[in-house]
Amino acid sequence: MGLVRTPARDNIQELTVEELRAKVGTGMEILDAEEHMLLSMGPQHPSTHGVLRLLVELDGETVVNLAPDIGFLHTGIEKNMESKRYLQALVMTDRMDYLSPMTNNMAYIMAIEKLLGIDITPRAQTIRIILAELSRISSHLVWLGTHALDLAAMSVFLYCFREREYLLDIYEMVAGQRMMVSYYRPGGLWRDVPDEFVPAVRHFLDFFPAKIADYEALLDRNPIFLARTKDVGVISGEQAVAWGLSGPSMRGSGVDWDNRRDMPYGGYEQYDFAVPVEQEGDVYARYRCRMREFRESLSIVRQALDRLKPGPVNIDNHKIVPPPRAELGRSMEAVIHHFKLWTEGFCAPAGYVYHVIESPRGEIGCYLRGDGGNKPARVHFRGPSYVNLASLPLMAKNRFVADLVSVIGSIDIVLGEIDR
Amino acid sequence: MGIEQKLGNLGVVTYRLEDVVNWGRTNAMWPLLFGLACCAIEMMSSQAANYDASRFGMELNRPSPRQSDLMIVAGRVSRKMAPVIRRLYDQMPYPKWVIAMGDCASCGGVFNNYAIVQGVDEIVPVDVYVAGCPPRPEALINGIMTLHESIRGEKLDKWN
Repeated sequence: MGLVRTPARDNIQELTVEELRAKVGTGMEILDAEEHMLLSMGPQHPSTHGVLRLLVELDGETVVNLAPDIGFLHTGIEKNMESKRYLQALVMTDRMDYLSPMTNNMAYIMAIEKLLGIDITPRAQTIRIILAELSRISSHLVWLGTHALDLAAMSVFLYCFREREYLLDIYEMVAGQRMMVSYYRPGGLWRDVPDEFVPAVRHFLDFFPAKIADYEALLDRNPIFLARTKDVGVISGEQAVAWGLSGPSMRGSGVDWDNRRDMPYGGYEQYDFAVPVEQEGDVYARYRCRMREFRESLSIVRQALDRLKPGPVNIDNHKIVPPPRAELGRSMEAVIHHFKLWTEGFCAPAGYVYHVIESPRGEIGCYLRGDGGNKPARVHFRGPSYVNLASLPLMAKNRFVADLVSVIGSIDIVLGEIDR
Repeated sequence: MGIEQKLGNLGVVTYRLEDVVNWGRTNAMWPLLFGLACCAIEMMSSQAANYDASRFGMELNRPSPRQSDLMIVAGRVSRKMAPVIRRLYDQMPYPKWVIAMGDCASCGGVFNNYAIVQGVDEIVPVDVYVAGCPPRPEALINGIMTLHESIRGEKLDKWN
């Protein structure tokens, strides 16, 4: 790429709080500039979960007003994807919501498949569901660890990361990478899972329920945790829907909606699972929702493992899926397909699609517009963290600063996805 | 030898000042609690139970730059974040070191575009680059040990 490399130090400039106030001012009115204190929380702050900056107006210790200032991690992912071929752009989606890369892959890949009008094989579908649910568990583990760490429970963090390592080992086993997997491909998967995969997942299913019980034993009746989560950051069901919340943040307010059940995709309609819903709408309800989701995800994985039958993981259309390596030595066709796919990629028809799936954080949607060429003309993601963050002022207003920390943890934001 | 040791008359141990100070600097290095993107998750992994950075005296991440001597730039640095990183670096007292963790912090990685600073070395001096996207915790630990190695070789006149 012919980008001019400008030294960053020439054009860096820092905003003062006053300038920030003027910029963010459209979204936030300062109620009492004389009496109240303005506090810039972040972007380097241990409990803003990344590089989030909050402009907080304080009356004593009470938050009377706040506005999030985002964009510290703006990466230009959507724009970058336009200059890459469909398959190359896949690696960008991993780096968006980096706690559950499999889910981002799935949203993007399913949008491509919708645009191309192809169906995948049952085995690929089942493996996708297993890995998507495992990625939900690993994402919730990071959420639980960091949320508890913010609320002064250090040991939960250590335990959660211990279990997460096991899941990352499974990722590495199937995809060769711990985090940035890029394992889902248009028309199926990168390759079939190795033989050790099923025993490893079964082992996880065996030992993990006891670990969930451990976390609950550490937190459920912990008076410090309860005092900082119960009746904190309350948002009602109507407000949650009006502000576009999704995922466990919304189900904690009694809204019974889950895309896996209500708008099934990728074969979820064949699975039997409950959607955990809590009524209170506070931080504790959102915590309970996610804890129950652990068990539901385990049940889905268990059902999926039982359904996993041998068979091909990729469709037979070599205009989209590269031919197997063994065929390259035998067939001229295969060589041509291979060459065309890795030099030019496949072309998708003109038109646009929008595909929505349920990520660990809520509803992640991928809008994809093709112009008939081998690169997407436009990609846009509807990120759940981005929308959930918008309701933060609503939840944290008129509470203490300490509660703000608890609320940020409870909506489970990933800044990589917010700023993209 | 024998009873005198127990009584506290240990005598004198001679050692080079450089070695003692460098030894002290390497074994209780407090990193700045500061993560940017994906690499920050791997940095957390390397500090959690399985990889246990406290073996290197690094379990204590300080949220305040005033109390830390190592900045691990974990993740992509956007143009909006660049001045903040520079200010954090300036706020850290000497001696201080910087590890650029991951491809994005080292050279921009896959993001060669308008938004990302092409390597954090455009803003702050970097001591160790750790490759990987994201680097495994082992790779980060290797980077830390490489840094320790170079600190152990520092000479008196190079101290700051």
